[in-house]
Amino acid sequence: MQSLILSTATRFLTGLMLVFSVFLLLRGHNEPGGGFVGSLVASTAFALYAIALGAKAVRRAVRVEPRMLVMVGLAFAIAGGLLALITGAPLFTGVWLDIPLPGGGELHVGSPLIFDVGVYLVVVGAVLTVILTMEEEIS
Amino acid sequence: MEVVLSCVVGIMIAASIYLMLGRNLVKFLFGLILLSNAANLAIFTSGRLTWGAPPLIPEGALVPISDIANALPQALILTAIVISFGLLAFALVLAYCAYQELGTVDTDEMRVAEPETEFAKRANRVWRALLVPRDRAP
Amino acid sequence: MIPWLVALPILVPFVTAILAFVAGRSLEVKRWISVAGAAALLAVGLLLIHQVYQHGILVGAMGDWPPPFGIALVVDFLSAIMVAITGITGLAVAVYALADVDRSEEHVGFHPLFHLLLGGVCGAFTTGDMFNLYVWFEVMLISSFALLVLGSRKAQIDGAVKYVALNLVSTVLFLVAVGLLYGMTGTLNMADLHLTIPQVENQGLVTAVALMFIVAFGIKSALFPLFFWLPAAYHTPSVSVSAIFSALLTKVGVYALIRVFTLIFTQDVGYTHNLLLIIAGITMLTGVLGAAAQNEFRRILSFHIVSQIGYMIMGLALYTPLGVMGAVFYVVHHIIVKANLFLVSGVANRLTGSFELKKIGGLYKSQPFVAVLFLVPAFSLAGLPPLSGFWAKLVLVQAGLEIDSYLIVATALLVGLLTIYSMTKIWNEAFWKPHPDEIEPGTGAVALSRRDYILLTAPIAGMAALTVIIGLWTEPFILLATSAAEQLLNPDAYVQAVLGVRP
Repeated sequence: MQSLILSTATRFLTGLMLVFSVFLLLRGHNEPGGGFVGSLVASTAFALYAIALGAKAVRRAVRVEPRMLVMVGLAFAIAGGLLALITGAPLFTGVWLDIPLPGGGELHVGSPLIFDVGVYLVVVGAVLTVILTMEEEIS
Repeated sequence: MEVVLSCVVGIMIAASIYLMLGRNLVKFLFGLILLSNAANLAIFTSGRLTWGAPPLIPEGALVPISDIANALPQALILTAIVISFGLLAFALVLAYCAYQELGTVDTDEMRVAEPETEFAKRANRVWRALLVPRDRAP
Repeated sequence: MIPWLVALPILVPFVTAILAFVAGRSLEVKRWISVAGAAALLAVGLLLIHQVYQHGILVGAMGDWPPPFGIALVVDFLSAIMVAITGITGLAVAVYALADVDRSEEHVGFHPLFHLLLGGVCGAFTTGDMFNLYVWFEVMLISSFALLVLGSRKAQIDGAVKYVALNLVSTVLFLVAVGLLYGMTGTLNMADLHLTIPQVENQGLVTAVALMFIVAFGIKSALFPLFFWLPAAYHTPSVSVSAIFSALLTKVGVYALIRVFTLIFTQDVGYTHNLLLIIAGITMLTGVLGAAAQNEFRRILSFHIVSQIGYMIMGLALYTPLGVMGAVFYVVHHIIVKANLFLVSGVANRLTGSFELKKIGGLYKSQPFVAVLFLVPAFSLAGLPPLSGFWAKLVLVQAGLEIDSYLIVATALLVGLLTIYSMTKIWNEAFWKPHPDEIEPGTGAVALSRRDYILLTAPIAGMAALTVIIGLWTEPFILLATSAAEQLLNPDAYVQAVLGVRP
């Protein structure tokens, strides 16, 4: 069933939700949010997209195979843990870096963010795999 | 408050076991979802409850100023939710595939991997003759 | 240095899995990454045994959080042995899979899933934290789900429904038990639990939680009466998957039982361990009787896993140095032999065209080498000297006699006898009698290419050789198992290594 209202609204909503999910991902370390929560919002966005425009459209929009997302996410998570190797600290120790920004202020980034990005990708990939399998099976 | 939540956990587990005892695979899945939620609630309750004090440290401070809720059970539950989310999603897809491939959601009829042997058929007949009242026997 | 070392058993399989997935379209590259990864895991396992031998128990605090606050990876002799044995079976199955797994299944992701499974298993073996153990169980479970349905044949879906259902119940039970344990003690670090459990006021509650762990791990390790998922599922996927499942999945449950009931729940041995002993006896019997009623190669072997699990739990339940040593030795022996028998069943299928014993035959006459490769693990499983199974059973029987548990010893001996019956049945039907369709095994429609033949039989021959080596040159293995048992029964060293305090 194709609904004009749904598909038009979806185009706006999906983008909005994806931006929001990245926002949640980035604020995650010190404030409520994080990789998993962000990724659930992103998956909801793709689920909505799949309902409105079909699984094929989602595959086109995501471009990569969802399972590739899972594996790349896993690689990110491990890389986040392995970064501690540089400082000689035990595995998964947080490594922090303060990057001075032009115009004053500092950007405080660290390996937990890389780990969180990994979680984000793993969950989005896994949910997409399930949703797309179901969507393609049923239709 | 702990007592109330413990009772809720008990009721949820009882309900989920009732659901899981059914032959219907979908009912079983619902029971499982309920059961995993009950498990999360159980962890939450056994971590002791603190009223209205989120485990957040105010800006500028290094340690929490007053008593705060125990953050560890919450972290455990979040992990458990992530995991059960993945497992249940898989189970749902599997149940759907089972319905497509085997044509049934009745677990008693899923006998492709374990075909009923002659011996089992006869044993079942004896079993029924002994246990099921005569007037209700099929 | 040490935190890195103890994390290697987890890192190596995960990195292998990622590489095997992103290695482009070439199957050949993926395959060799897979084999190399398994070999690396074996090397890591041997290195760990060496390191534990040199430095004692190895502890690595993840994220630089000191235990009991952070997650600690702890490797003692038992963990190191289990990692090494995982590496051995992983390598054998990875080589075997090159000729066994369908091309389409390889494309869908057999190799990455296989290594994720190994990673989950090794994680469970090395962790020193109850909740982390739960997480590794899940990693192992989700990859085993995916491996089980790979290929999506009807029988696989059917078997997977039962496997998934029961294992998910076990998972949730485990989780509830962990939650209650945390509620009682306020900690989830295993070493810390060892110290805090005796201080819990309500010891009855501790025993109740211990029983929840018996049920949760009992489902995983297929104890009576919780084993029904195993023979329902293990004969459905490809032989490589069956073999790695049979070798590792239930043994992770056994490992968890050994760990938990030597380190944490030792306050009411008279109740919990006696219960385990009764369960062990019934498990042995039901498994072997179930096997006697079967006529499918892999289903017979599946039921024998159940009966063999009984022996390992018997060793743990006796709770004497000799008993626990026997349990450890039995796990090692069983993993090698059982995986090997599953691999042989695959070769028999390829050479004769079926797993159904009624439909096959004539293997001895046309393939004497394969027949020998079957006889070695089969005799070892039944416990004939001088193979590894003989020593494993001998130690357990001795341990039972030592504390006058004559009933369990009698059960163990009887089950050993019945195991010979099952192995003889397979021998008669698959090897001795002529093929019912008068097909010459290994020719015509069931011919094997030279490459396949070598890839299929080489791992079997290697594992069979290992059984013989353990049988003939037993002493170092017994010594290793004894050291592992000593560490298990004197948890003070473990606690001190993890927490840095003398209990």
